[in-house]
Amino acid sequence: MAHKENFLVGIFDDEDVLLHAVENIREKGVKIKEVYSPFPVHGLDEALGYRRSRLPIASFMFGITGTSLALFTQIWMLGFDWPMIIGGKNHVSLPPFIPVTFEFTVLLAAFGMVGTFLIVSDMKPYKWPRQYDNRSTDDKHVMAIDLAANKIGKDDIQRILKENGASEINEKSF
Amino acid sequence: MQATSVLRETLVTGGKTVADVSHDISRQVEGKPTRLWWMAFGVSLALLIWGAYCCWMLLWHGIGMWGLNKTVGWAWDITNFVWWVGIGHAGTLISAILLLFRQRWRMSINRAAEAMTIFAVICAASFPAFHMGRLWLGFYWALPLPNAFGSLWVNFNSPLLWDVFAISTYFSVSLVFWYMGLIPDFAVIRDRAVRMGHSVRANVYNALSFGWDGGAKTWMRYESVALILAGLSTPLVLSVHTIVSFDFATSVIPGWHTTIFPPYFVAGAIFSGFAMVLTLLLVTRKVFKLEDYITIYHVELMNIIIIITGSIVGIAYITEFFIAWYGQVPAESYAFLNRMSGPYWWAYWSMMTCNVISPQLFWFKKLRTNLVATFILSIIVNIGMWFERFVIIVTSLHRDYLPSSWTMFHPTMYDIGQYLFTFGIFFTAFFLFAKFFPVINMAEVKSIIKATSEKKNSAH
Repeated sequence: MAHKENFLVGIFDDEDVLLHAVENIREKGVKIKEVYSPFPVHGLDEALGYRRSRLPIASFMFGITGTSLALFTQIWMLGFDWPMIIGGKNHVSLPPFIPVTFEFTVLLAAFGMVGTFLIVSDMKPYKWPRQYDNRSTDDKHVMAIDLAANKIGKDDIQRILKENGASEINEKSF
Repeated sequence: MQATSVLRETLVTGGKTVADVSHDISRQVEGKPTRLWWMAFGVSLALLIWGAYCCWMLLWHGIGMWGLNKTVGWAWDITNFVWWVGIGHAGTLISAILLLFRQRWRMSINRAAEAMTIFAVICAASFPAFHMGRLWLGFYWALPLPNAFGSLWVNFNSPLLWDVFAISTYFSVSLVFWYMGLIPDFAVIRDRAVRMGHSVRANVYNALSFGWDGGAKTWMRYESVALILAGLSTPLVLSVHTIVSFDFATSVIPGWHTTIFPPYFVAGAIFSGFAMVLTLLLVTRKVFKLEDYITIYHVELMNIIIIITGSIVGIAYITEFFIAWYGQVPAESYAFLNRMSGPYWWAYWSMMTCNVISPQLFWFKKLRTNLVATFILSIIVNIGMWFERFVIIVTSLHRDYLPSSWTMFHPTMYDIGQYLFTFGIFFTAFFLFAKFFPVINMAEVKSIIKATSEKKNSAH
């Protein structure tokens, strides 16, 4: 039989109780694996000590790629590959190239960022996520604590969870 | 001196809890469709099938089936195109611009409004696509693809080409934005299906939700994506109708050649879009019993936006006339006088009545909080906005430079048929969406339930 991972799962009913609990529990030295919520809880990422997401940077890079690609394509096609006189205007002039450049920038920035998000979050249609308690998409906040990663014993963690307002404490193994 | 902020009205009534939100919204997806739904869906499908026949005739015989002539080379097709694109704008405005301004009232209405955007853009795109005649060759004409003509490239100086890029980007970015919002809600339905023991439904909705886990880290990234997408969509939506207006404004046709077109078109787009959102949501909230989520307060706020944008549109109409007189270009002056008193006077005055006068009724609080009045006015506004595009396009074209070319435009069955076809697409898609997808963004509504639900406020 494969090695089993054992978790303590604390259920919280209220986001404010949860936020304080996360801060207190981490202060006591308990390592939290992850907290699952039905909606984004403001400040939870900071309470858990997560670094800010770098997705905006990815988006910017994709956007810049779109800008340069669109500009390059238009200048090369109309200015060099097959120059044509249209309305007596210059082959290459920037203003008429701006709309397409802008649209392509937005297109790549948006798709690039969403693609990056799906990849870094390891989300795909054929994958089932590991669920500690599936009420986390309904109305409960679910805190998962990996027992193997913590030096503090199970009973102590259970006590700490209870002290901090967990409405239920369950055990779960995968 | 102390400033006290006015207590905002509650956004979710009926003392809902977080669990109620999941239940009320998912119930619709889980239950069997009602008879009312089948009837509405059947009518839309019938329209779609009839319209598909008209479209087939257009493809088989060519666009000579339309009522266009040598003088009026653009008529219902482009009118309908601009009308549908405009309708789409409200969805992005609600979801992106109101997100950036942190307007919480967007949360109950953004999902349906974004769905409307996507379906409206599909309807819009069908008109220029069919206007190309040979739809199957359209890719070569519209996209810079290597081709057999020595790689003769598309003309990047043309606003029509800008339109191709604007509309396709707008469609795909709106689609992604909408889908991102749906991901956590699909997971809600998945987990409810697991608890109810429906394994097929659970697997389908898990696939749709891309295996969403709802972890704090995922939420953090998700919010960052949503914010950036909103930031990208905001200039995008403004650019789309600006570029649509360039189709006219960059030409030299009297009546089209005006620099106020971009802001005027954008305001008109938001105006008509909000009217369509109201038409759809008033029906949706009734059919799906969502009165606690889409409240009178939401309706009132949307009606206020209708007054504002309707007034901007009214000022734009007047400005056009002033400039036509002030500019003293004979052709321009004639074009505008002809609009008002020429053979298409009835279209012009329908537009003025529906767009400029009727929304002013919303200054009365009694009217803007009355659902029947709102519903009727929302339809009137959309009729008016259709006439606006018709007036701009057809009255400017039907008096050509040579009086011998002067003529009128008469729509044929196929003009009407294709318009009905787009209604078929729109409503069929909307009813399917309303049945199989959660019509309200559950995750967002849940995040404000504590702060704005009635129960909390009454406890103070």
